[in-house]
Amino acid sequence: MKKFVWLAWALVSLALLGWLLYTMTVSEDKSQFLIGDTTYGHYQIEMACTSCHTEAFGGKEILQDACINCHGEELEQAQDSHPRKKFTDPREAYRLEILDARYCISCHAEHQQEQTHAMGVTLPDDYCYHCHTEVGEERESHKDLPFDSCATAGCHNFHDNRALYESFLLANAHQPWLKDMAQLAEPNRAFIKAHPLVPADLPVPMQQQITAHPEIVAQWSASAHAAAGVSCAGCHQGSESSAANWIEKPGVEQCQSCHAFEAEGFMQGKHGMRLAESVTAELNAIRPADSHLDFKPQSANIQHGCNSCHAAHDFDTRVAAVESCLNCHNDAHSLAFENSPHGKLWKNAQLNPAHQNESVTCATCHMPRVEAALSGTEFAELNAGQSIEAHASAMNAAENTARATLVSVQHNQNWNLRPNEKMIRPVCMNCHGLEFSIDALADEDLIRRNFNGQPAVHIESVDWAVRREQPEQAP
Amino acid sequence: MKKLILLCTTALAAMALLLVSGCNEPEAKGIAPQKYTDSLFAVMKADRTNYTKLVVKRLGPAGAGVIKPDEHWEDFDNGTLLPAQMFRAGAEAVREMTDDFTYSLQSTWCINKQNCPKTETEKAGLAYIESNPGEVYYGEEDLGGVTYFTAVYPDVAVSDACTTCHNDHKDSPKTDFELGDVMGGVVIRVPLI
Repeated sequence: MKKFVWLAWALVSLALLGWLLYTMTVSEDKSQFLIGDTTYGHYQIEMACTSCHTEAFGGKEILQDACINCHGEELEQAQDSHPRKKFTDPREAYRLEILDARYCISCHAEHQQEQTHAMGVTLPDDYCYHCHTEVGEERESHKDLPFDSCATAGCHNFHDNRALYESFLLANAHQPWLKDMAQLAEPNRAFIKAHPLVPADLPVPMQQQITAHPEIVAQWSASAHAAAGVSCAGCHQGSESSAANWIEKPGVEQCQSCHAFEAEGFMQGKHGMRLAESVTAELNAIRPADSHLDFKPQSANIQHGCNSCHAAHDFDTRVAAVESCLNCHNDAHSLAFENSPHGKLWKNAQLNPAHQNESVTCATCHMPRVEAALSGTEFAELNAGQSIEAHASAMNAAENTARATLVSVQHNQNWNLRPNEKMIRPVCMNCHGLEFSIDALADEDLIRRNFNGQPAVHIESVDWAVRREQPEQAP
Repeated sequence: MKKLILLCTTALAAMALLLVSGCNEPEAKGIAPQKYTDSLFAVMKADRTNYTKLVVKRLGPAGAGVIKPDEHWEDFDNGTLLPAQMFRAGAEAVREMTDDFTYSLQSTWCINKQNCPKTETEKAGLAYIESNPGEVYYGEEDLGGVTYFTAVYPDVAVSDACTTCHNDHKDSPKTDFELGDVMGGVVIRVPLI
């Protein structure tokens, strides 16, 4: 009997060991190793364990490198108020015993969804107080404020304070809630990578496709691709001009050969992060059904690629800017858009194309057009292999040494949403005053109504800044 | 004979003592911490003075007016770092390159409270250089389980760009700085192994 028990124990142990080894090394499904639900920021890539756990043994430094690999550039752009380098001075040692701010995971612990709150923070909300106690004692305006209100009341953020720092509040105080209507800039960045114009002698596979699909040719003829001279081959042709190289359904790889910046943003955001190079497993593109947000049932299984919003072959960006979003998103904010003040501007632009650049769409706020001024040298590096002169007019660059303004569409929908005060400077303040923008973004009910109405919340940060600077001018 | 034995014994004992003392106390090599921090401070002071006088003063609002030194310099096309920020940016960049030494700029009259002295050695060092102009404070302290040689050097107002900015700042606790005053201190730390 004893022999039988030992034999059974050995067999069960071996089977268990085999299963563990198989799951760790071969199987794509590693869900058995998840130690807890992942946050909303990372659930899409939770099955690509090695994207974050790049080495089996390495501890905090390994994880820190993984965080910075994906989020480092964003923190730099945000002029991070608390970068790691602020905490590596030995004089900060006593602080690190309270909160080791050298590591992202000290505040953003993963796989602990039950204690994760806004911005993926897993600490109690009084984290500012421990180091900035004197502010509550010395500033008249800050006395008696709740010690957990610094970063939750719309006044401060741990990382990104570009729209909230005191001098900026002062410089933009007393603005009207609505300023003059801004005009959208025309994107031009993809043009510099555009493939050559339609060749005079069309390759055979392209001729065959054109003959077979006249309706597609008609759609293409009215598209921006046609206007830019990007022919069928620009997207469908592989490296060589032959029938075998015809790509029936071009994917992200083909799009990003011209729209590199847009594709980069797409893969940094919720729509395309599964397709990013930094994700170490082959994952299927996200579907609405995979998300925790509210989506329309009929769209639940649409996999998210470029074409799911930019339908071929007309690639109408006006459709992508509203209808494509509303095809899937089914939350209160999205459903309130059409009857909101922004939605009415969009409808007006639909009826009157002359007002197209005043249209406020979903994309105006969530995928804004961003400008970058490049020097001639930077432009040449970006545009390697092509002459600057060839595209100088499109780039507003009169000569090689001039600074070219490149306008591109930020396709990372999270770029200005974490937290939403990131939206104030690049988006809201194009048309609205700072105080109104801060108040509106702090009013959750107003956000649900898609800004239909005035803010019922007032954040006093501008008032306090003015009062400290000029006591007689403060309200 | 006895004398000879005594002489030999004494000689052997002396040799043994020399050998033993030689084993325990090898000849010191390298740079003494004080000389190391003094040298580092010389470079820091030279660069800090030059940036303040030759860049901020010469090209800023008090000079040609082509650059805008500002705390939020990134928000301006012609923005540039304030001298204290420039110094701190250097300290942060050094910490990303090496942990053989660290340095920081502090003041009893700090504008940003995070730059007030915090450790007992910093407090003692700042108090010493303020009351003994031209002197340097040297000490040792334990921080985070590591012992440091800590030197505190006076940071003197070298330009009216320094005094004007600090005297006019709404968060400055002292508003009567004059050229040549000790406005704060440069704290340099070297870990002792």
